[in-house]
Amino acid sequence: MKKTGNFNRKILGMLAALASFIFAPACRLNDKQSALESAGIQADRLESLWWLFFYVCAVVYVIVMIVLLAAILKTRKVTEQAAPDVKPDERGERTAANIIKGAVAITVITLFVLMLSSFRTGSAINDLQNSPEPLSLKITGSQFWWNVTYVDTVPSNNIQTANELHLPVGRPVKVELTSTDVIHSFWMPNIHGKKDLVPNYPTTFYFRPDTVGTYTGQCAEFCGYQHAKMRFNVVVETEDQFESWMAAQRQTPPPPSDPLLQKGQQIFLTSTCVTCHAIQGTPANGQVGPNLTHVAGRPFIAAGSLPNTDENLRSWITDPQKIKPGIKMPMNTFSDEDLNALVAYIESLK
Amino acid sequence: MNGRHRHLLFLLTFIAFGAWSCEREERGFRVKTPDANRVQTIQLSTLQPGAASPTPVLVNEYEHNALALSQGKQLFQQMNCVGCHANGGGGIGPALMDAKWIYGAQPEQIFATVTQGRPNGMPAFGGKLADYQVWQLAAYVRSMSGNVPKDAAPGRNDDMQIKEPENSKDREKPENSTLPKSAEGPQ
Amino acid sequence: MADKGLDKKQSAILTVENLEQERIELEKTWANPTGFFGQLTSVDHKVIGLRTIITAFIFFAMAGVLALFMRLQLMRPENDILGPDLYNQFFTTHGTAMMFLFAVPVMEGMGIYLVPLMVGTRNVAFPRMNACGYYIYLFAGILLFSALFLNIGPDMGWFAYVPLSGPEYGVGKRVDLWSQMVSLTEIAALIGAVEIIVTVLKQKAPGMSLNRIPLFVWAMVVTSFMIIFAMPAVMLASSLLSMDRLTNVSTHFFNHAEGGDPILWQHLFWFFGHPEVYIIFIPATGFVSAIITTFARRKTFGYTALVLTMIATGFIGFGVWVHHMFATPLPQLGQSIFTASSMLIVIPNGVQIFCWLATLWMGKWNLKTPLIFVLGFFAIFVMGGLTGVMLASVPLDLQLHDTFFVVAHFHYVLIGGAVFPIFGAIYYWFPKFYGRMLNEAAGTINFVLLFVGFNLVFFPMHILGLNGMPRRVYTYIEGTNWGDLNFLATMGAFTMGIAVLVFIGNVIYSLRAGTIAGPNPWGADTLEWSTDSPPPPYNYQNIRVVQGRHAVWEMTEDAPVVTGLHTKFHEVLCTTIHDAAPEHRYQLAGPSIVPLLLAIVTSATFIGFAFTPWAIPAGMVFSAIVFFAWFWSNSTGHRPPYSPLKDNPIYVEHGRKVTEKEAVSEI
Repeated sequence: MKKTGNFNRKILGMLAALASFIFAPACRLNDKQSALESAGIQADRLESLWWLFFYVCAVVYVIVMIVLLAAILKTRKVTEQAAPDVKPDERGERTAANIIKGAVAITVITLFVLMLSSFRTGSAINDLQNSPEPLSLKITGSQFWWNVTYVDTVPSNNIQTANELHLPVGRPVKVELTSTDVIHSFWMPNIHGKKDLVPNYPTTFYFRPDTVGTYTGQCAEFCGYQHAKMRFNVVVETEDQFESWMAAQRQTPPPPSDPLLQKGQQIFLTSTCVTCHAIQGTPANGQVGPNLTHVAGRPFIAAGSLPNTDENLRSWITDPQKIKPGIKMPMNTFSDEDLNALVAYIESLK
Repeated sequence: MNGRHRHLLFLLTFIAFGAWSCEREERGFRVKTPDANRVQTIQLSTLQPGAASPTPVLVNEYEHNALALSQGKQLFQQMNCVGCHANGGGGIGPALMDAKWIYGAQPEQIFATVTQGRPNGMPAFGGKLADYQVWQLAAYVRSMSGNVPKDAAPGRNDDMQIKEPENSKDREKPENSTLPKSAEGPQ
Repeated sequence: MADKGLDKKQSAILTVENLEQERIELEKTWANPTGFFGQLTSVDHKVIGLRTIITAFIFFAMAGVLALFMRLQLMRPENDILGPDLYNQFFTTHGTAMMFLFAVPVMEGMGIYLVPLMVGTRNVAFPRMNACGYYIYLFAGILLFSALFLNIGPDMGWFAYVPLSGPEYGVGKRVDLWSQMVSLTEIAALIGAVEIIVTVLKQKAPGMSLNRIPLFVWAMVVTSFMIIFAMPAVMLASSLLSMDRLTNVSTHFFNHAEGGDPILWQHLFWFFGHPEVYIIFIPATGFVSAIITTFARRKTFGYTALVLTMIATGFIGFGVWVHHMFATPLPQLGQSIFTASSMLIVIPNGVQIFCWLATLWMGKWNLKTPLIFVLGFFAIFVMGGLTGVMLASVPLDLQLHDTFFVVAHFHYVLIGGAVFPIFGAIYYWFPKFYGRMLNEAAGTINFVLLFVGFNLVFFPMHILGLNGMPRRVYTYIEGTNWGDLNFLATMGAFTMGIAVLVFIGNVIYSLRAGTIAGPNPWGADTLEWSTDSPPPPYNYQNIRVVQGRHAVWEMTEDAPVVTGLHTKFHEVLCTTIHDAAPEHRYQLAGPSIVPLLLAIVTSATFIGFAFTPWAIPAGMVFSAIVFFAWFWSNSTGHRPPYSPLKDNPIYVEHGRKVTEKEAVSEI
């Protein structure tokens, strides 16, 4: 059974791959946040499973529609005066019954095949649990941002960042997911399916990215006002690039030498910023909002929803409620001069 | 009652109902708050030339707004008010859920306490929290002693229960409290 | 006339003069009260059924308008028509209204109207309770939409997951009003369910044994049993949530830190939520069976199979709820069991489709609007069912869960599986309700616009879901490329809106100027087509003795009728459950204002409970007073309602007296 199972899967897999090669481009809207553009081993398996289900279901649908169409075309059209057939021909009834029994049998077999494929894929994607020495992360969801910690065996080597993951290609990753408030869901369609972050229910989640590139993910469980803009990006890079990124993240930013940046830091530490944000190497150690130690190196701000440019950062700092109404960050009033210094300082935190 | 009058009656009922409940359910993300400048001009002395001016009554609209009270509660946790005031029972700092108020129980007085700080350990949050956030905190602090409408007050939090939720707290009518010795400044 | 097939010469009792006398007395006894306050007291199942259906369609239109706004907001990236708060209120109210205020009530309404007519009786088993159920439903709907208009609309999704809907994050009274609305609609649904079950089991016309009742009646019976088991789960869940949030109650059912569990909410809700969609779908299968039988001009193929599949779906439907929770931290093995059961439920549905296809294949078609809508049902529902098979797989669901793919799936099964059949059913039974036919040309336009519009809206959503677009988002950023398909979907949504307007126009026009319909304009087979259109208040002057599954088609020229039921008060004949042999007479209640009073008290109690726990004791006191009034005097004038046949025999078969002993063996 297993051998034929494998054989069937191979054939269907090849057919699925061929067809997906033809159809997928039509269905793929982007390549950074799509389940049909797999960049990880699990997403790959899930995509194959998708195409298997798709083609089986498409065939079933087409058959049912053909039968319906044939019935429309072949059947005699009458009016309501036509005498109803209360005692139809026995033979016809029996033939129909037999055909239906056959159809039901085929349905049951098809469902069985689909169910078994599903179970096989399910256990395959959970296989990564047994990987030795995965990269260890802890992701905590809050309303409306992602707190990301890279966990090292030596705690002082832990890296704290927000709304962004950097991952080495080909290495299994273990993530512990939890939430501080309501239920969120962590989803990067290119790499794996989603997992809910339920408060008080720490869950472990394994995945492995296999293709270099930048992908995006988004919260997938309704969590309040800014559920729509609770995004994050995932940078999958070579081992070397990853190691240099880790090293840079572990570095404490040096005290600024430029007077403009010093002024910016001063403003940061004396206004509302310091109560919620943390910058390593300064007295700022707020845990309420994202860690800003290396924020300038991130391509997005505002939980992956706003490109990280000077202009955007200005608007964000002065009026975040206009961009993401309902978050915790308050509006702030600064003079132009102060705002320039602050933005320059933040953009220096690479 | 003919059709038209019936419809008018329904409409009026809806509007009346609306005027009553609107405030509680406002989700004003960019809402105007009481003018913080007025708070800075609170008199610290009772001596005045001429006749005494009437004390302006400042109403903190946030006390009727469920979202503001909920945000105030979150701020109370996040700004580590619990570090000294615990969840209202006090510790290093005075209790906030009883009837004793050292520096006054009016919204503007609480606002002043939070922004200016107080002797013996209360930090000054002025400039470190936006004014509307302090008003939210002030409203929440009042709810801890049951001084806000019950239907706007926050319910229990999803945590271990250390005290009654704010919406179940009976009202503790604020009484004038004399300054404890420890709160007096140097003579 | 209602006495078709009667051999007047044979019977001494059934003379023309006697029949006319009987008719006049029946008209007087069963007449519906007029005037505004009189109409509030009506307990006629037809009046209540029509009110329910019309109210449900009004809520459908209102929820549809909300959807149009949602589509306007999602038309392009970073749109600013609706902010996040308003959008959240809109999509929550849209879902809540469609599920609780339209889908279930419209099916119940059709059931309340048609089931007594189809089983051959004069009214439902508990007429006053039926009226009360309608008023409770009406007040619940008014509560929800008033809340929306006053900015207290629920905003946490129709499924209201904790902790977002809990006391800490669900701010204000929005969640509380939502949960009370849920409780009220579920009471109304339970009332309808009880009515249908008792009416079908005890009030069938003689000769209509259980294996002869129409398929629509079977569908309503199965649905009613499902309602009785499923609705209490959601009432319980919403009451527990209310108690967690309420002043001075503050329980911890969903508070993990004190021993509760947020996942408990999901279990309780989906234990209701999944059977709910079958509660919506199974009556629609009843419509489809009825319409196919009539318009394919032949008896339904596979009656027994169809009944068994409905019962099987009813049972299995309670065993699949965890497929809504595949992304939560539940154990893998447990989730896999629900993959198996979710795929298992496809089999009875498949059998139904095959049986209907067989009926269509072997029949002769009368291609009118009801049948066209049924064809639309096939095209759309089957696709929805197949995407359901995809979602049943745990690993695949991990990519598709909570995305627009799921939105596409459930709209395909709900609109395809319930809305298309309900439109077909309205076109089919409108002549019976109002005595006039709906316009066929407008019907075709209605169908085409609805079908095309529907596919334009929801087919692209499959693609959007696969491309990473999650549900319940008020906007999306430019870089995702979701804008084009969303724009297309919005165009489709407005097309659907036009289709609904065409339908409403058709209804309004036909009410005044539609072709007059006789008793049986479609040549259909079920009992309701043997009486006038619209039926007289007493439904049938002489209750038929049924001779086969397709009552009208199998009715012979000398078909026996029942005579001897009292005409001076509201009397019906009760028969045995299985064989429908006459058992005893029963007196039903007449018009009364007390159901409305009870509905007012109940609604006030529940709405008050959203604000204070004292509403419950207060409500109990007032309810006790109203119940006192309800049970104190029968509007039957202190006559005992139950009357055995040996004291007051009925006559079957042209005047031959029938005693109880004979009754059970003869028919």
